[in-house]
Amino acid sequence: MKQQNLKTWFKSGSPWVWFTGGGVSIAVIMTIGLLTLIAVRGLGHFWPADVLEGDYRIPGQPAQVLAGELVEAEEVPRAQLAASGLPVSVSGGEFMTRELLKVGNRELYGADFSWVVGEWLDNLRKPANLVALERREWGNFYGYLLGVKESGQLVAEGEAAWAELQPRIERVAELHEQLARLEKKDIGRINHALERLRLKERGLELDGELDAAAQADLAAERAQWDAEYQQLETQLVSLRQAFNRDGILVRTVDGREEEISLGKVVRAYRPNAMGTFDKFGFYFAKLWEFVSDEPREANTEGGIFPAIFGTVMMTLIMALLVTPFGVLAAIYLREYAKQGPLTRMIRIAVNNLAGVPAIVYGVFGLGFFVYVLGGSIDQLFFAEALPAPTFGTPGLLWASLTLAILAVPVVIVATEEGLARIPRALREGSLALGATKAETLWKVVLPMASPAMMTGMILAVARAAGEVAPLMLVGVVKLAPSLPLDGNYPYLHLDQKIMHLGFHIYDVGFQSPNVEAARPLVYATALLLVLVIALLNLSAVFIRNHLREKYKALDH
Amino acid sequence: MRHESPSHGIDLDALGRKKQAFNLASEPVTLEVPGLSLFYGSKQALHDVRMNIPKHRVTAFIGPSGCGKSTLLRCFNRMNDLVDGCRVEGAINLDGQNIYRKGVDVAELRRRVGMVFQKPNPFPKSIYENVVYGLRIQGINKKRTLDDAVEWALKGAALWDEVKDRLHDSALGLSGGQQQRLVIARTIAVEPEVLLLDEPCSALDPISTLKVEELIFELKSKYTIVIVTHNMQQAARVSDYTAFMYMGKLIEYGDTDTLFTNPAQKQTEDYITGRYG
Repeated sequence: MKQQNLKTWFKSGSPWVWFTGGGVSIAVIMTIGLLTLIAVRGLGHFWPADVLEGDYRIPGQPAQVLAGELVEAEEVPRAQLAASGLPVSVSGGEFMTRELLKVGNRELYGADFSWVVGEWLDNLRKPANLVALERREWGNFYGYLLGVKESGQLVAEGEAAWAELQPRIERVAELHEQLARLEKKDIGRINHALERLRLKERGLELDGELDAAAQADLAAERAQWDAEYQQLETQLVSLRQAFNRDGILVRTVDGREEEISLGKVVRAYRPNAMGTFDKFGFYFAKLWEFVSDEPREANTEGGIFPAIFGTVMMTLIMALLVTPFGVLAAIYLREYAKQGPLTRMIRIAVNNLAGVPAIVYGVFGLGFFVYVLGGSIDQLFFAEALPAPTFGTPGLLWASLTLAILAVPVVIVATEEGLARIPRALREGSLALGATKAETLWKVVLPMASPAMMTGMILAVARAAGEVAPLMLVGVVKLAPSLPLDGNYPYLHLDQKIMHLGFHIYDVGFQSPNVEAARPLVYATALLLVLVIALLNLSAVFIRNHLREKYKALDH
Repeated sequence: MRHESPSHGIDLDALGRKKQAFNLASEPVTLEVPGLSLFYGSKQALHDVRMNIPKHRVTAFIGPSGCGKSTLLRCFNRMNDLVDGCRVEGAINLDGQNIYRKGVDVAELRRRVGMVFQKPNPFPKSIYENVVYGLRIQGINKKRTLDDAVEWALKGAALWDEVKDRLHDSALGLSGGQQQRLVIARTIAVEPEVLLLDEPCSALDPISTLKVEELIFELKSKYTIVIVTHNMQQAARVSDYTAFMYMGKLIEYGDTDTLFTNPAQKQTEDYITGRYG
């Protein structure tokens, strides 16, 4: 009887429904879990945690005062701690807590993070006047503000110093921005012009046309730029002086005093005194800094804007390169090529190309694009810059091109499928009206296949934007000094190296000297990478749906 | 004897068709088929077909599925060129010129011999752009000329009154019957000499079918029309001449009245009386 029931249950199909439904649930749970994990870990990093102060008593040693943000705590077997040389008493529970504190003050303590045994830390307090300083170097500082100095003179002390500090930090931030603009934009422009002059001179020399007149011209132009530079330099010097005018006197929790130039301080805050509202304000300011600013301190602080920019830029150029390529190839394969063993073989080869490991493309890109193609381009067009390579070195163009050949099979396959789906009746309708094959293609078939081409492009972008391995060989670096798009002719610098979110994750996570500080950034950057790719895809999907609506298939 | 029974064919009077005196031999010829064979690979689909299509008349091809009537029709504008492995032997003369000779501009031929297909196949463009498609292909882009052509062609296809207020809406929003008339308008807009209709009503409802049939009647004063149909009543209603094909051979060809009331061949009679097909 029971067996009978089981049999009917199987026959009814419900187990199959449960089975397939389970598959879907697992996929959904995994995706949501992944996104939640990176979102929580990444976004939590920017929250201004309270800074704890406490007395740390290692048995047999005098107590010392510690302050820091609690990053994580874990239970460790007592025996393990004892084995690591800590003076742990044998009695007591089996486990002890071990806490990771972000203690900051790297210039004094040697490291930002410190493991402490929770049981030895007592008298925990959250002093409201404890100050956290975010600095341009040496990481965070935790301690107490003693006074504010202007040109070496103490202008405020105690509680008054805190009030005095904020406007001065704002002033310094303003100056910092001016300095950056001056150095990057104005002086960068002059450097760019001088470099072009140098190359021009070298080019003339190579062509044997560097006569006295040309030399005089060049010298005059150079003098003009030099004069402008002198002027900017005086500006720069005065700005720097103003920038370094203020300083602050601080004391760490264990009593060491120090003077810090205000130019090195990005922001100062008192986490323990902040209300929830203030914390939210701080949080969003940090978040905004993360997506809009340049990285500091070996990528462990500041923002990742250059990486976002580089990723988007490279992906867009890749899409611009790959779409025409793939579409043309697909049109030939589907519309013109005689269908036979050869086309079938080409198709198989194309499909298999999509399965080649990405690093292989990277090696090919380096060997062929960078050295052969780039080297030849340098010989032919940039001889004046040699032996310094222009295109004969990894850069944006080669990165995009490498990703383009990596993604081209996807575009070909998608476009071919799109072309195959166009009803034969429509082609015949066009041909019957006296259109040639080419006219039919242009006026009827290609517009109708455009959503499929967009699908191909979406898949290509999805494949390429997340690719990292080949990029390490063909143009992505840990830190690029400038963006590939700026105001200097030729505006888009295809030869420049770029930063990339994917590589940034790898670099921050595994190449950073300060692993503890970098780890949350790995998650935050990963989240951002996912968002950027999702955004690129969504915009493409939006365009495709628009096209689809326009060329609704004639399925009737 | 066997032709006297009223049940052996289609009662033409019941269809409202007037008796007309047609004589194939005395008609001026538009399309002359002096002998045409067609092969799909090694399979022969048409066996030495010989016939003359008279000018400004409606000629219907009937026959069971797979008999080669659509294939023959598609030979008239060389649509079969698109089929892989298709080979034509023989000739078709359009106004005395062999369309299968070397150096024929196929696009030009298709402009002169328009075709309407089984399923309406408007382009996913506006009604207006559908009608002017062929003209634009010819390089005509003057708005005035195109506007006139649209009005003229849509009126010619009896569609003007229904769509004149929404010329720039998508053609895909029209009903099936309207779409088929739009396709006819699109075809006559390039002013062809011959109109090939490949089962134009098979995807349409009876009312739309009626409209298209009326249209065919209107159009024959200006165009030579060849229509393939599965529907013998339709052939009897609209055509002046009828050809019966079977297994790739032209079995019988003559004026419609005679073919339906007094077929000369046993196969023809069997088919029109519904004994097979």
